[in-house]
Amino acid sequence: MRTPRIAILGIQGGIEEHLAMLQRIPDIVSYATYKTSELASADGIILPGGESTAIGKLIEDFALKDVIKQKAQAGTPIWGTCAGAILLAKSIENDTRRHLAVMDITIKRNAYGTQINSFVTYTVLPFLGNEAFPIVCIRAPIITAVEGTARILAHLNSDIIAVQQGNLIATTFHPELTEDSRFHLWFANLVKKQTSH
Amino acid sequence: MKAKLNKDLARMLKHGVIMDVVNAEQAKIAEQAGAVAVMALERVPADIRKTGGVARMSDPALIEAIQKAVSIPVMAKVRIGHIAEARILEALGIDYIDESEVLTPADDRFHINKHDFAVPFVCGARNLGEALRRIAEGASMIRTKGEAGTGNIIEAVKHMRQIQEAIQQVSAAGKEELVSLAREFGAPLELIQYVHTEKRLPVVNFAAGGIATPADAALMMMLGAEGVFVGSGIFKSSNPEKRAQAIVQAVLHWQDYAMLAELSKNLGDAMPGLEISNLEHTYAERGV
Repeated sequence: MRTPRIAILGIQGGIEEHLAMLQRIPDIVSYATYKTSELASADGIILPGGESTAIGKLIEDFALKDVIKQKAQAGTPIWGTCAGAILLAKSIENDTRRHLAVMDITIKRNAYGTQINSFVTYTVLPFLGNEAFPIVCIRAPIITAVEGTARILAHLNSDIIAVQQGNLIATTFHPELTEDSRFHLWFANLVKKQTSH
Repeated sequence: MKAKLNKDLARMLKHGVIMDVVNAEQAKIAEQAGAVAVMALERVPADIRKTGGVARMSDPALIEAIQKAVSIPVMAKVRIGHIAEARILEALGIDYIDESEVLTPADDRFHINKHDFAVPFVCGARNLGEALRRIAEGASMIRTKGEAGTGNIIEAVKHMRQIQEAIQQVSAAGKEELVSLAREFGAPLELIQYVHTEKRLPVVNFAAGGIATPADAALMMMLGAEGVFVGSGIFKSSNPEKRAQAIVQAVLHWQDYAMLAELSKNLGDAMPGLEISNLEHTYAERGV
């Protein structure tokens, strides 16, 4: 089996943090890129947090939208954190912009308020084991509706914070800003499984 | 916990452009051009220079109008040491406060103790000592001071180089030198130790003060900036929309010179620049 390659969309935002997390995981190659060819050759893609308006505009300006959409449709695992989840959503409650629009979810931007309302908490994500996982929410969105084949992975109180639809994963929080690499490991395993097919 | 979250928000701004805006309409233009945040203020630094007098925090009504107009983070400036202005901005739910030398300082001795606030602060610095003193006071993000409102990049370059060279010096120093380096830089030992081990500042470091062209923005990225602030450079130029977009794209493509050439074409007139030696006031010397 060849070594799976995970690309981080290197446009804007928390790029280095995802990269540092992936580099702790053995048997994968990880890199940040905004080149079409390097995205096209990836076995998995992470869309980092940042500003969705800025990243969304730049993937449009530099014609990266199509390659990511094609990868999404071809079954490549793609994980969007925070702004990345907004890029994946087909519907955004409080914004007229649409970006990749590949996941059957509705998302609400800045759903908790401004930076003063950002928070860290802990909750058990059953697919990552019994130990509570740190949930870092920075001007975070909330997923307000899930349709079609999309499945809820996790709630925080009554808010949906993680969804999976086949190869696509959206989280409203930032596992890359913690010391806990279990989410990245879980995603890397998804990529490995897909690559060995 | 809050301190880490506030540094983390700054991480989300990396590789981005933060633009000065004076009304809701400009804020929308900035957001559409791909800005990662806007700085809400009554007058851009170039106009503060022209008008003179005491420059203060902007009218909260103006800041609120800008907050309503955009979905990206909104920052606003307070005078150095003006605790009450900072409390007012915090009450408005501002995303980031810039304790800024561009406004007339309120305290000739002290900066705000930023640890007391839930809202994050960005502060200007000319060198490593200033940067670490601001971080010790609780700043979650650093920017070079440069010389705001001049459209002249020389001071921002000087400050970024001074910070980077000092980081290299501290990184390369022996452990036995760190106490005397802390004294030399006027910075807490534990922050000097952090720089020594990690070879970087403990917070995000942006460039600011004099950026007027896509090439200026690319230059600052080449010198190690993690993103840029553009003050007067956009809305004092002849075609703000186009220039704003080009500067955002230049921050992404700073290593692609053919692309930078493309982005620099037909932008119209840049803001008129000022020679540093002819300035009546240099803002960078405020609040060290």
